[in-house]
Amino acid sequence: MINPDSTLARADAPTAARASASRVRWRKLARRLAPYAFIAPFFVLFTVFGLFPLLFSIWLSLHQWDAASGLAAMHWVGLENYKYAITDPWFAKSLLNTLWFAVASGVPQHLVALPLAFFIHMSLKRGRNFVVGAYFVPYVTSSVAIALIFTTLFSKDFGVINAIIPGPPIDWLGDSFWARPAIALVVFWRYLGWNVVLYLSALQVISGDLYEAATLDGASRWQQFRYVALPLLKPMMFFAITLTLIGNLQLFEEPFILIPPDSGVATDVMTTAMFMYRMAFSDGDFGTASAVSWLLFFLIAALAYGNGKLFGKEGAADVAR
Amino acid sequence: MSRADTLAPSRVMTLLLVGAGVVLLAAPFWFTFVFATQARADIFASPPPVWFGTHFLSNVQLLLERLPFWRNLGMSLYVACMTTALNLLLCALAGYAFAVHEFAGKKILFALVVGSMMLPSFLNMIPNFMVMDLLGWIDTPRALYVPGAAGALGIFLMRQYIGSAIPRDLIDAARMDGCGELRTFWSVVLPLCGPALGTLGLITFINAWNNFVGPLVVMRSVEHYTVPLALRSMQSPNNTEWGALMAGSAIAMLPLLVAFVFSARRLVAGLTAGAVK
Repeated sequence: MINPDSTLARADAPTAARASASRVRWRKLARRLAPYAFIAPFFVLFTVFGLFPLLFSIWLSLHQWDAASGLAAMHWVGLENYKYAITDPWFAKSLLNTLWFAVASGVPQHLVALPLAFFIHMSLKRGRNFVVGAYFVPYVTSSVAIALIFTTLFSKDFGVINAIIPGPPIDWLGDSFWARPAIALVVFWRYLGWNVVLYLSALQVISGDLYEAATLDGASRWQQFRYVALPLLKPMMFFAITLTLIGNLQLFEEPFILIPPDSGVATDVMTTAMFMYRMAFSDGDFGTASAVSWLLFFLIAALAYGNGKLFGKEGAADVAR
Repeated sequence: MSRADTLAPSRVMTLLLVGAGVVLLAAPFWFTFVFATQARADIFASPPPVWFGTHFLSNVQLLLERLPFWRNLGMSLYVACMTTALNLLLCALAGYAFAVHEFAGKKILFALVVGSMMLPSFLNMIPNFMVMDLLGWIDTPRALYVPGAAGALGIFLMRQYIGSAIPRDLIDAARMDGCGELRTFWSVVLPLCGPALGTLGLITFINAWNNFVGPLVVMRSVEHYTVPLALRSMQSPNNTEWGALMAGSAIAMLPLLVAFVFSARRLVAGLTAGAVK
C-alpha cells in the first residue's frame, strides 16, 4: 500500500530527509501517507456502495430494463420512465399520501416537542434523565416491533385503544378514513422524543440569565417561552424540521408493516417510497422505480430548500443533499 | 436559573402533563411484554389484559414452530456485531486521521464525509440491491454489514472526540519514542477513546439490530432473516399468532431496552452530537 518510490514521495520529500538515513525517510513518508490509508476504507466503501449505485440509478432511470433478463437487456428510453411515472395516477396518489403523512405527523411533533422540551428544561431537575430517556425509547426500538404492537392496540373489536375510547369501535387499520390518522399517530409517537431531545440540547445552550432578566421584567412562563426561548431556538427548529421533512417524505416502514399489502386500504396509505419499492420488487420495473426515487429526491430537495427560505437560511440546499 | 421549589399549581400541571406523556410513551412497551405472556385468545379478550399471564413459554414454543427463531436471532446478533466491530475500527482510524493529521485535501474529504450523511437512504435502495446482485451477495449477511462498515456519523463522532479529548503532546511523544503511525493509533489513541467508542458502538449496534429495509431487500431465505424480518413474515391476514409474535418482539426488544437504561445519557448525547455544535 505504501510505496516509497511513488512520485508523490519524490516530489514532496524534504531536502533534509534525503541526507539522513533511509529509515527516517521511510518514517516521514509513512506519516504522510498514513492519513490517506486511514480514511481509505470509508471512501472505498462509499464509492462502491454509495456513489456508484447512485450514479447507476440515474443511468437506470433512463432505461427500460427487465430484472429477469440480465444487464444486457437494458435499452435506452430517455425520459420515458419519468413521463410514465408522472402520468401514473398511483404515483400522484402516493405523493399526496406522503405529503399528508408529512404534515399530519410532522407538524404536531414540533408543536408538542417545543413546549414540552421547554417545560422539562425549566421544571424538571431530578427525574429529568429518566423522563428524557423514556421519551427517547421509541426512537431506538425496532420499527417492526412497534408496528406489530400497534397493530394489536388498533384492533377493531379487541384492541386496547377502542376499549379506552368510548363510542362505537373504530376500524383503525381497515377503514380508508382512519388508516392514515392511525399511521400518523404511530409516526408521531415514535419521533416525538427525538425532537424533544434535540430541543432540549439547544435549550441547554441558552443562558439562564435571560430568563432571570425576563422574570424581573414580569414575564410569565409562557412569555419566557414565547419571547426568550423560541427566537433563540430558531436554528435548532430549522435543523429539526428539516430532519422531520426528509424523514417523513421517505416514510416506508410504518405503513408497510401496519397495513398488509392485500388489505383494502393498502392504496390509501401507499407512500411514494412504498410505490417505488413495489414498482421494483413486485413489478420488476427497476427503470421506472429509479425514476420515481429521483422524482422524490427532487421533491425533498425542493421542500427542504423552501423550508430554508422560510427560516431565512441559505444553507438549506446543503442539508437537503 | 430561577426555579420555584414550591409546588405551584402550574408546576403540578406541568408534571402531570409530562408524566402522562411518559405513560403514553411507555404503554405500547408494557403491552408488548404483557401480550408476550398471554395466549392468543386472552389477548383479544374484552377488556384486554393489562397484567402478565402464564403463557410466555408456550408462546415461545409456538414461535419456534413457525420460525427458525434462534437462527434469526443469531443472524441479527452476527450482523449487528460485525457492523459494530467494523465501524469501531474503521471510524476510529478515519476520525484519528481527520483529527490529528494534516494532509492535502483534508477539508474537502471531510466535507465529503459529512455530505454523504445527507443522502436520503431510499435513493440507494434499488441500486444497492443491484450491486449486491452483481457481487453475488444476495441472501448473505455480508450484504448487510459491509456497505455500512464505516459510517459517516461514526467518523464525525470519533473526529470530534479525538480532537478534543486526546492531548496532542501524547501523540507527539509516542512518535518521538519511535512509534509507527498504526502503533500510535493502536496503543496510544484507541485506549483513550473508551467513551466515544462506547457511544458509537451502541448507536451502531442499535441501528443494525433494528434495520428492516436492508434485510428486506437482500435476504431471501427464512433461515437468513434477521429478527425484524422474521417477525414480520409471521403476520398473516387472518391467522396471526399474536402471543408468539409479541414474545418474539419482546425478546428482540429486551436487550436494547436494558442497554438503553444503563446508557441513556451517553447515547442521547452521542446521537445529538451532530446537531449541537
